Amino acid sequence: MIARPDTQRIVITGIGLTAPGANNLREFRANLLAGRSGVRAFEVRYIGSTVAGICQFDELRYQKKKEVRRGTRAGSIGVYCANEALADSGLDWPNLDKSTVGIYVGVTEHGNVETENELHQLKSFDYDTKFWSHHHNPRTVANNPAGEISLSLGITGPHYTIGAACAAGNAGLIQGAQMLLLGECDVALAGGVSESIHTFGIFASFKAQGALAWHDDPTKASRPFDAQRTGIVVAEGGCMYVLERMSDASDRGAKIYGEIAGWAINSDASDFVMPNPDRQAQCMQLALRRSGIAAEEINIVSTHATGTTSGDSQECDALRRVFGGSSGTRFNNTKSYIGHAMGAAGALELAGNLPAFSDGACHPTINLERLDPECRLEGLIVHEPCELPQVDSILNNSFGMLGINSVVVVKKV
Amino acid sequence: MTATDIRDEMINILAEIVPDEDLSNLDDNQPLREQIELDSMDFLDIVMELRKRYRIQIPEDDYINLATLSGTVKYLEPLMRDLQRA
Repeated sequence: MIARPDTQRIVITGIGLTAPGANNLREFRANLLAGRSGVRAFEVRYIGSTVAGICQFDELRYQKKKEVRRGTRAGSIGVYCANEALADSGLDWPNLDKSTVGIYVGVTEHGNVETENELHQLKSFDYDTKFWSHHHNPRTVANNPAGEISLSLGITGPHYTIGAACAAGNAGLIQGAQMLLLGECDVALAGGVSESIHTFGIFASFKAQGALAWHDDPTKASRPFDAQRTGIVVAEGGCMYVLERMSDASDRGAKIYGEIAGWAINSDASDFVMPNPDRQAQCMQLALRRSGIAAEEINIVSTHATGTTSGDSQECDALRRVFGGSSGTRFNNTKSYIGHAMGAAGALELAGNLPAFSDGACHPTINLERLDPECRLEGLIVHEPCELPQVDSILNNSFGMLGINSVVVVKKV
Repeated sequence: MTATDIRDEMINILAEIVPDEDLSNLDDNQPLREQIELDSMDFLDIVMELRKRYRIQIPEDDYINLATLSGTVKYLEPLMRDLQRA
């Protein structure tokens, strides 16, 4: 372990989330331990019947109807998660200086939903741009989801999104931690959001790539590591964390979910879509080195695997290189329950695992009926939760297109 | 459309644009922005809805005529007299 002063230690003190089938961490964890999938049948414009991870949170809990109408789905997800995270943190929000709060939201993409909607309705006006909405620009600027959080909570510190494909959930978290270390803020709202199920383009593109999942039973469609896997189940969702320096969290006696002990982001520099296990392994090793935790000390690895043929086996290749000698390490996959929540995926999947620090359980990978030999992993938990004698550290993988890899290591405090 | 039809349609449009507001007791002769929360983007929404529903193009210089409900109806009456409700 690396000893750092408490002013240089970053801890998680609040979590707010919405995932397919769950609108807070308690519900999410219960689903994961019960093996309950949140994937459902879904109709998409131009695509027709498909499957997706759909969220059903109460948008009006923290927004007026007008705000929902004016903003974006990603914005509403961000607003819900940020408000929930702050409530969970126990911060004295009314008396907190809002200029000391920063908002860092990971996104895979933003603006596609609104652009598609506008084009769809413009068709009925024979593509006369006089009918193009004045809301288009504020809805599609890349900072929109973070900006809507700022507006909702009156936060006057920095706000922006971090575009990092499907590595974005971890990247948002990392950005928040870095800004706290730099003293750019005293409280960071950090994580990721996804509204991707509302754009037909993402479904059509995965389909064209041969990477869109399908199953007659939607709950069985997301099946990472399974020999019969057919691809990605697109999901919406969000997870925002309240991050603070350990010194501040200790001073106010905050509940602490865990310490972000280390992280890494690197690039494959090899392909637009194909992963690169060499770089993924390097990214995990760098995060471990920075955290001062050895591979064999990691109790749970939250894998990124999305259910694609090559992606899953490539990640397993990287995992075997890093954890091949770590007989006590357990592996699981949360996308098997909720699908791929894109910009929110890394943040949600980490959140689903954090309760293991207190309940000692590693939730299983579901829908794994026949293991693809290329995805062989000693310690892969399937079907039933695994009770562990002690959980002190979790490593969370999140990788994305254009070859971006992100890894976060969290340890128990 | 009659003046009553036009007023009803304006209420329908407002109900969509400012769904949190109570529109049941509006004073037709008082400025809308003094009675309900209506900002410049909402105002543009009204103009856009009239354009989409009735193909009415309102020049920016004429926006001042839409300050009150009675003013709006008076301004729209000659433009919508021969139209049917959408």
